[in-house]
This record gives sequence, structure tokens and C-alpha cells, in this order.
Amino acid sequence: MNIKRLIIVAVGGQGNLLASKVLGEAACRQEIPVRMSEIHGMAQRGGVVESAMIFGDAQSTIISDGEADIMVGFEPLETLRAIKKCNSKSTVITSTSPLPPFTAAIGKGVYPDMESIKSMIRQRVGRLITLDANVLAKEAGSELSVNIVLLGALIAVDVLPVTADSVQEAIRETTKKSFAEINLKAFDLGRAAVKA
Amino acid sequence: MHKLLTDKPGEKAFLLGNEAIARGAIEAGLGFASTYPGTPSSEISANFFQISRESDLYFEYSTNEKVALEVAAAAANSGVRSMCIMKHVGVNVAADALMTLAYVGVRGGLVILTADDPFMFSSQNEQDNRYYGKLSGLPILEPSSGEEAKEMVDHAFDLSERLQEPVLLRTTTRINHSTSPVIFGKIRKPVTKGDFAKDPFNYVTVPAVSRKLHVKLLKNYETALELSNSSSYNFIEGNGSFGIICNGVSYNYVKDAVRDLDVENKIKILRIGFSHPMPNALIQKFLQGCQKALVVEEGEPYMEEAVKSAAQEKGFTNPINGKGPDLFSRLFEFDPGMVRAKIASYFGFAYAPAAPVDLTGIPDLPQRPPNLCAGCSHRAMFYAVNKAAEGIPNIRPTDIGCYTLGFLPPLSTGDFLICMGSSVGTGCGFSKATNKKVISYIGDSTFFHSGIPGLINAVFNNHDITLVILDNHTTAMTGHQPHPGVDMQELKLEGFNRVSIESVVKGIGVGHVAMIRPYNIKKSIAAIREALAYKGVSVVIAQQSCVLMDKSLKKLRGKPFCVSDRCKNHRNCINDLGCPAFYVEGSAVRINAALCTGCGVCAQICPEHAIVPVKD
Ligand code: SF4
Ligand code: SF4
Repeated sequence: MNIKRLIIVAVGGQGNLLASKVLGEAACRQEIPVRMSEIHGMAQRGGVVESAMIFGDAQSTIISDGEADIMVGFEPLETLRAIKKCNSKSTVITSTSPLPPFTAAIGKGVYPDMESIKSMIRQRVGRLITLDANVLAKEAGSELSVNIVLLGALIAVDVLPVTADSVQEAIRETTKKSFAEINLKAFDLGRAAVKA
Repeated sequence: MHKLLTDKPGEKAFLLGNEAIARGAIEAGLGFASTYPGTPSSEISANFFQISRESDLYFEYSTNEKVALEVAAAAANSGVRSMCIMKHVGVNVAADALMTLAYVGVRGGLVILTADDPFMFSSQNEQDNRYYGKLSGLPILEPSSGEEAKEMVDHAFDLSERLQEPVLLRTTTRINHSTSPVIFGKIRKPVTKGDFAKDPFNYVTVPAVSRKLHVKLLKNYETALELSNSSSYNFIEGNGSFGIICNGVSYNYVKDAVRDLDVENKIKILRIGFSHPMPNALIQKFLQGCQKALVVEEGEPYMEEAVKSAAQEKGFTNPINGKGPDLFSRLFEFDPGMVRAKIASYFGFAYAPAAPVDLTGIPDLPQRPPNLCAGCSHRAMFYAVNKAAEGIPNIRPTDIGCYTLGFLPPLSTGDFLICMGSSVGTGCGFSKATNKKVISYIGDSTFFHSGIPGLINAVFNNHDITLVILDNHTTAMTGHQPHPGVDMQELKLEGFNRVSIESVVKGIGVGHVAMIRPYNIKKSIAAIREALAYKGVSVVIAQQSCVLMDKSLKKLRGKPFCVSDRCKNHRNCINDLGCPAFYVEGSAVRINAALCTGCGVCAQICPEHAIVPVKD
């Protein structure tokens, strides 16, 4: 089976690990070989959380620079920072809602403007898809669903062998009951944002 | 029921490496487990802790790794299958127990898990604990994946019982923190109580007994060597004329590289999973007819040394390489692309490396370093120490925990750190070897772990140091595990006692002890000033529970603060305190109400009293 490599980058607290767990469960349902690794050293203290997921018959659980087929960034600055994982053919999906790091938030560093972030990414990779995941998450019913909105966008671009059906099942199974409906809506909004 | 207790053999689950390891131990009939938490091993014990609340498994968070190993050693010598879990540097703490336990051995299986951390994602060094196998003489098993780790735990127990000695199971971060599908096996019914058969002439390690036991250890080594040579964890794949010897995660990178380079017919692979003793005879068999061999291992040239010595015994002269300026580094972790490139260049295979995007033209991006949480009491305490120590030349040894982050600006407090508990011992040294005042920081859990002997030393040798104990009622950094100072009843956990830090400190005979609430800045500064003026050992105990824990226990009561129009933009709040709830909008300082925990510290330091609670 063709190997596909996915990087997810986020800021601690954005639910990246849950998103990758859901995606992994979905792949398992389809009997797609999947492995992932995560580095979340000080996630809860505002650091960056990165997960690597590899679909297909590979044994490695990490992804070298230049080797990601697709990258999903939950925060635009972090998407740009992680761009070295991509190559000129990679697909990149990023949310455009900024979460400025503390230094930039207090004016001791400059958060690049959104248009220049987008163009710096677009110039370098095969395809860039942007969406405001925070707005869509709110529309779905909870700001906490940013992760699932982005999961929807990821499935809609059709790079991975994982289907929407199996992700939806995994959402029902993995996320709390009270939250599943909101997450399913978030998933659809994320998918629609890409298809539009 | 805990998901790792699911009794459905054959069922597939998507498990974190650490969960797979815990499951492996449960399947092996684990009866007893002990630990001191440490990343990347912590989830193994977190699962055992939960499982122990709903099964017969005995589990404890011990005060440090040495105690944990002693506890487990006794259980194993009572015939109970036991596991002791720690991070790599934890084994240094446990090493005193380990070295002689290797002589004494065990009756029931004892598996000691050491989680190494190449690249130091969350550690102070990246030591290679395979050398502990050599040093102690004990067997080491090393998995290449979570699935294999699960099986290996079971095998490690059998091996331990067969050899009647502990077995080290060595993982690295990428095993512990990778997730993959794992198939559940049968759960063996655990034996949780055994008996200890007295046999002092084999158990009490006076010199005459130890001389005998060392002979036994070396005999065991011979048996272990035979087992390693025939172990299914040491296997050869393929039959090319080039050889690659690899272990752990490197094996995965090698397998992927050989496939990506399309050189399956040119390369044979020796995967080492039973790495102490190294399988000498198998290595010699592998090297036979091998034109060139490459050793791929993260960390030290542990296997490379063994492979070269095995080759030398047989008079093989073909090249064997591993570490070197153009080959592999002893530093940090490997990755698949890097291993692929080195294999291609070493054996002369054609290879067009992936081209990462060009980064030129991307400006320096603002960093996102980890930061103490909004409302963290450590920030308040550090601010108070900075104020109290103004004008006093001083050195501030710090210690291991969230509070280590205090060394970053703007608080910039923390000058020296080597290991758990070192703030107290090094503080003693700095106070004698310099003319500066010493202010040492230590967390509550670290104090129990290894701060107490240093403090006793300080009192006995009459050092002039101020020790600030940051007591936030938990082991925050590794995920909020309990420690002896925690009120377990408050957490609705029965069967524990509580050790008061204050009583310990006073019992040691510290001359000046002050208890403070760090959120009260004025009082804190005064208390620290008083402690600094005291000649001799003084201790300030700052008590305030971790806000992140309080948040997850839904115990946060504070109302958020905001910046009123009295603000004259001095920015002390940002420049001296740096709580991450602050941000600047235009040129105005603002507080993010969603992050603010209402600790009120910034309000106390604002010279204009401009920071006030949000009105409902
Ligand atoms: S987890 Fe607790 S101790 Fe650690 S930085 Fe956050 S509030 Fe402070
Ligand atoms: S009260 Fe001030 S210091 Fe405390 S959390 Fe809120 S903004 Fe931060």
C-alpha cells in the first residue's frame, strides 16, 4: 500500500492529540496500517505539540524533513514554523486563527501578518488550503471543536486513505456523548470548507 | 473497567507504547509495581495506578527510584511478579540498589523498565542505559515498537524467573510515545501475595556471601549469553552481502530505508532485541561473508563495540562502522531520512534525497517556549524572591520540575541544575566556596525524592543557605502524580498517610522556618527578606496548590482580573511578572479573561493599582 505521511502541529490545549487519536482509530477500522508518534513535552504549559502519522506499510513512526505528504496546522504561525517537514508537492491545510505566543502577545516579537504567512507557505508547497477553524468550531457549537473541524478539512482533500464514514464512527466512539453531535457538525463544516 | 483489563484475547486496540507495555505486564500476571514518575515512562505507572484501584494489583508511587526498586525487589523475592518503572536518569538514583540486587537476584520475576530519552525531549541528559546491563551484569531487552514491547514484557518476566535475576527492559521516547495497533493476548491470573523464604547466607550481602553471589552472577551471565544467541528477539533477515546491525527504533528506520532504496536483495539485517549480553556467536555468524557492516544505533556505540570485538575474535577484517564524522552521531535521535541517506552513502547506493522546502526568505519567527501557567504560584514566588534579593549578591541553584522554567526571562531566576535534589547539595557547596548568599529552589515532590539528605547536610555542616520549597501539593511536571506530602483523602483516595514538609524541616533542626502563601506578595517578600538575613540554614515553604491541577479538579474559585483605565503603561506586570494571560492591544495592556485564574498577583504589583477584578 502506498505510504502517506501526515504531520499535525498545534499549540498545547488545541486538542491535536485527540484529533490524531480519532484519525488513528478510523484508520484501524478500515484495517489501514497506521502508526503515530507525538511530542508533547510541555504541552499544557503553552508549548508546541506535534504528531506524526504514517499510513501504510512503513515501520517508522516519525517523519523526516521534506517527507510529509500532508500537513495540518491548527495555528498559522506554527504551520509556517513546521514547513520544513514539507516538500514542493506537499498539501498544507492551516487554520487562520492566530494564537500569538506570549512574546508576540506582549509586543516583544512580531507575529507576521496573515497574508504573508499564507504566501510564504503557498510559494513553497504544492497546495495550500486555509480555513478559519475557530469560526467554524463556534458555528458547530464549541470552540473546543477546532481539532475536529480541521480533521474534516483533512479528510476532504482526499490525500489519506481514510474515509469520512470511518472518521464519523470514530468520533462517535472516542469523544464524549454530549460532545459527539457538536463534533460531527464540526467535522462536516470542516469538510464543506474545503469542498467549497 | 479499565481498558487495559479488557479480557478479550485477539481484540485490536490502538495503544500508546506505554499503554502496550502496561498491558503486556497485566497479561504476564503482574502482581506488584512501583515507580517514581518520569517522562517518557509516566503513562505506564499512571495506568497501573488506575488499574490498582479496581484490581488486586499492588501499585505505589515511591519517594524515589531507589526506594521504588527496593520495594519491588522485596516483592519479587517474595515470589510476586513485580515491575519497577523509571526514566533513564532514575536508574542512576536506583543504581546502588540495582548493582547488588543483581548479585542477590529474585525469585518471582522482576522487570525494571528504563525509559531513555535521546534528544532530551524532557530530560537533563541523554545517557544510554544499555551500559547498565554491562555494569550490573543483568540482561537487557529492547523492543522496536509498542506491539513488540507488549510481548517482550511477558518474555522478560519468564527470563527473569528462569535466570532468577532482574531483567532490564529498555525503551526510548519514540517507543513510549508512539501509538500503533496492538492485539490483546490472554491475561494470566496474577499472584499478588507470596512468601519470603529466609536464607540469610544467600540474601545478606556481607563480603563472604557476596563473593559467592558474584560467582553465581557470572554463571548466570553465561546462561544469558546462550539465551541471547538463540533468542527470537535477535534475528537475521535477508541474505545480501552487506550487513546492517540495528536495534530499537533504528530497526524501523533501517527496514523502511532498505525498502525505499530498493536494495532488499543486497542487504541483510541483524536486529538486536536482547542486547545484554550481546549475542556474540550470532554476530559472528552474521558477519561471515559480509563485505561491509554498518551498525545503526542511537546513543553510544554500545553494539558497535561488541560487534567489533566479536569480529576480532574470529579474525574478520572487513570494515565495520557505526559512529563517525560522516556516519552516525552519538547525539540526539535518528530519523528515517537520515538513516536512509547514511545507508546509501556507506554502501554506495544511488539515492535522491527528499528536498525539504527552501526556508530562505522566512523571517525569524517569534518563539513559543513553554511557560509557567497563568496564575502559577511559582511565578508569584519567583517575583517575590527577585524583589527580596535585590541588592544582595546571590546564587540560585534550582531543581527539577515546572519551576525550572523560572530560569527564563522575565523572571530569570535559576542558576545551576544537574539532577533531582541538587539545588540543596550544590547550594551547600556554593555557600562555602563563594561569598555570595545562596537561595535554592526545590519542589515538594523533589524535596521528598532527594532534597532531604542535602538539607540534613546543610544543617549538620552549618551552611548559610536559604531553601525555598515550592509546595504545590503535587508532582505537576510529570502529570500531577501524588507524593508523600499530598492530602490523599482530599482526592478521595483511601489508605494513605501524609508527611508534613514543615515537620520534616523542623525535625531536621533548621533554625529558621517560615510558611507563606505565595499569592500574598508583600508578606512573601518580607518572609524571604527575613530568611535571607538569617545566618545559617533557613527554609521558606511556599504553599499553594498547582492551578492546572485545581482547574482540572474544578476547584478554581478566583474571578478574572482586568486592566482598568488607571493603567499608565509602566508594564511592571509584563516585564517583571510575565503572566501569559497578559497581551498588548495597540499599546494597551490587557488580560485574557479566559486564561486568568484570578490569583491577583499582578494586581498587587501594579504601582497604579490599575488591575482590578472583572465586574460581573
Ligand atoms: S502545571 Fe502547575 S506547577 Fe506547573 S506551571 Fe502549571 S500551574 Fe505551575
Ligand atoms: S490575576 Fe494577574 S497574574 Fe494572576 S492569572 Fe490573572 S493576569 Fe495572571
